[in-house]
Amino acid sequence: MVKQALRWALVIAVLLFLYAPILTLVVFSFNSGKYMGNWTGFSLRWYVELFNDAVIMRSLWITLSVALIAAVVSTILGTLAAAGIHAMKNRHANLVENITYIPMLSPDIVTGISLMLLFVFAGIKLGYGTMLLAHVTFNLPYVIFSVLPKLRALPQHQYEAAIDLGATPGFALRKVVLPQIMPGILTGLIFAFTLSIDDFVISYFTSQDVSNLSMTIYSMARRGLSPKLNALSSIMFLTVLTLLIVINVRSARQGKKETV
Amino acid sequence: MKRSAYAYPYLLWMALFIVVPLAIVLFYALTDTVDGRLIFTLENFSAAFDPAYVKVFLRSLWMAALATVICLAIGYPLALVLSSRHFKAGKLLLMLVVIPMWMNFLLRTYAWINLLSDNGIIMKALQFFGVENLSLLYNQTAVIVGLVYNFLPFMVLPIYTSLIKIEPNLYEAAGDLGANSFMSFLKVTLPLSVPGIVSGITMTFMPAITSFAVSRLMGGGLVTMYGELIENQFYFMRDWHFGATLSIVMMVLVLISAVLTRNNKNKEGGMLW
Amino acid sequence: MADRIIELKNIRKSFDGETVLDGIDLYIRRREFLTLLGPSGCGKTTMLRIIAGFETADSGDLLFEGQRINDVPPYKRRVNTVFQRYSLFPHMNVFDNVAFGLNIKKMGKAEIARRVAAMLEMVGLAGYEKRQPESLSGGQQQRVAIARALVNEPEVLLLDEPLAALDLKMRKEMQLELKRMQQQLGITFIFVTHDQEEALTMSDTIVVMSRGQIQQIGTPVDIYNEPANAFVADFIGESNLLEGVMEKDYLCRFAGYSFPCLDKGFMKNEEVEIVVRPEDVDIVAPEKGMIVCTVRSIVFMGVHYEIMLEGADGMLWKVHTTDPVEPGAVVGLYLDPDAIHVMKSSDEPLASEQEEMAALEEEEDEG
Repeated sequence: MVKQALRWALVIAVLLFLYAPILTLVVFSFNSGKYMGNWTGFSLRWYVELFNDAVIMRSLWITLSVALIAAVVSTILGTLAAAGIHAMKNRHANLVENITYIPMLSPDIVTGISLMLLFVFAGIKLGYGTMLLAHVTFNLPYVIFSVLPKLRALPQHQYEAAIDLGATPGFALRKVVLPQIMPGILTGLIFAFTLSIDDFVISYFTSQDVSNLSMTIYSMARRGLSPKLNALSSIMFLTVLTLLIVINVRSARQGKKETV
Repeated sequence: MKRSAYAYPYLLWMALFIVVPLAIVLFYALTDTVDGRLIFTLENFSAAFDPAYVKVFLRSLWMAALATVICLAIGYPLALVLSSRHFKAGKLLLMLVVIPMWMNFLLRTYAWINLLSDNGIIMKALQFFGVENLSLLYNQTAVIVGLVYNFLPFMVLPIYTSLIKIEPNLYEAAGDLGANSFMSFLKVTLPLSVPGIVSGITMTFMPAITSFAVSRLMGGGLVTMYGELIENQFYFMRDWHFGATLSIVMMVLVLISAVLTRNNKNKEGGMLW
Repeated sequence: MADRIIELKNIRKSFDGETVLDGIDLYIRRREFLTLLGPSGCGKTTMLRIIAGFETADSGDLLFEGQRINDVPPYKRRVNTVFQRYSLFPHMNVFDNVAFGLNIKKMGKAEIARRVAAMLEMVGLAGYEKRQPESLSGGQQQRVAIARALVNEPEVLLLDEPLAALDLKMRKEMQLELKRMQQQLGITFIFVTHDQEEALTMSDTIVVMSRGQIQQIGTPVDIYNEPANAFVADFIGESNLLEGVMEKDYLCRFAGYSFPCLDKGFMKNEEVEIVVRPEDVDIVAPEKGMIVCTVRSIVFMGVHYEIMLEGADGMLWKVHTTDPVEPGAVVGLYLDPDAIHVMKSSDEPLASEQEEMAALEEEEDEG
């Protein structure tokens, strides 16, 4: 009994540590006054101001559009790359895989700086386009390493069995290989999308005139507290919560064991 | 057409956006502009080992290490509890631990700034008890709290994964062979969870040492970390050559750590949902 | 010539500089059950994959009904393959797996349903249409794989060690069933295996291969009774292998004695290799024997006893007989002239020696 109580104490303490800041934000996002710790009454004022803030809305749009385009492009490129790597001889595949690890291993700040230097070197103006290129670049390894294991887990000779039965190579890929690696491709797509939405450091270095949401939050947070950020945090938190619940309920229904 | 040709667009992309940029960083690190002319020099590297910068370097190491140790000290027992067979709600609670990780980390950091700021709830409470003239923000402790807060889930998750994989039979076998629960923890649980610990440390220590936003926002420029130092060179000092040099130093550090933990290749693993 | 459905002419293939097929010449007759037999790494699977179209020969011609098909892609060849690990499509049920090839041919739905049902009936899986492959046993999966290939009515069915993953009882059952299907459908089967017993049971013709070359082509009886060289003798069945010389026609000398035999046409005192099958050795009273031996061991094998005899020179003889003898007893060993098979010397290493060499090479690679 004592043991169980200690267990719960630890869990509750950690959850308190993790959620206290977020929940405080949520509560005070409905505060009519400007200051935290000084409750002056319920109001949706900060939400209204948030949605009327052109800078935040614009950066939200940029975040979403960059994430969407980068995720789709990197998923297509990365899936093709995984198929290519899968067909390579071991020695070549190892080399390519090891180079693919570089952007996963190197600190974001180094990736960001190296890309910035490249764009400056090539005389490309730092903005939406360069941010997009950078996002595709750091997404690619995650897509490749989501798809590659699925290809390697395919039962032996699937592709050959299909063309042996009269399928053209294109048909074999579409109807036999693709459906089986689809879960990996989707994982890669979602992974890429979330990484892209969450990115700050690399965007910060590769874009100057155009800010995504992270960059806007950073510059706002540096200038001090803003209740609009409370409202924004609350919305983001609820969105994430809803999404994760939906995903988990769905995967629980599919009875997938590998999910956490 | 050979099927390996599908990888060619990616290979081209990789060469252009990974290999060439790193080469450019190296080029900048090895050169300097004197009177508007470019010269090759190792000056940047000797400057990087100037005591002032070494001090920042060591402080970053120290702070990242401290944050990592705290994460481990909290994260390991937590993972142990959550993975325990006697703890039915473990899986759901693990999800609760992971959820904050999915929120934008700047907003997470901002939440703490809010809490610790002079107008924040904690200060108000302290003032109520008569504590004055105290600042919770903009010091080393604040930065550590920010780092721990941001990276704790990254420590818990891999350790939990390695613990849950341990066959319950092993505990029974250990008990059967005469080990009490402490011995069986020491001889079975701990060794088998080492991969999770290593991966947790990597996923906490690396981002901690290279981050600059947390130390900038919560240290307020008073507690400079190495990542911040690099950023300074590009945005304030405008010394790109020296900034590139510092980046190379950091890259080397990361590569050394990566080699030391090379068996744990998956940075974030496919286990986030 | 007309009944030659597939012909291989001087086919060569190497991977990364290592020769896998070294000038293969072979023809396969229509409606024949032909087995490619040999130890792992002998090139038999590569040969099958060249016929299927998954690999292309470096040189030489592959003919199908007299037409060169080296460059015809697999999906245009009138051959189908049954893979070693079945390679069923896990995302399709049994019906969709079997219907795969027919769907590609854009056959009508009703016709597809009819043919699939008939084929599943033939392999004994009627009623399994809606099942997923992973819910079936190994033997059932194998039947689906066979049905999936045969439903396309190929001229030739290629089988790549299809029974290797099954347990012994199921394997025996499938051997008989495959033979039955082949006779019933009247199509050509090319079967790859490393199991000599399987090859002897099922085949019309056996092609014994070693290190990328054909060692012998013949009927099972020919190959067993008249092995072309020591490699074949060693690989097919059990045997006592000896070195000897041909003293003159019908007389050979080995193990220190001269024996009458049925072979002729060798040079005088030519070095030869001698094969004596264990079941061809007779144990007789010591004074009636050609060689006097001591019984070293005797093991009951079910149908017969396996007896090890040791001659005066230390030479060991393996004997299969239904009459037991006492260990330690002194007996005579008698060889009928037709028990002695004389073969030209060859330097082809035996299968067991090849395995040892491969293991050694692997160690070197690691070191």
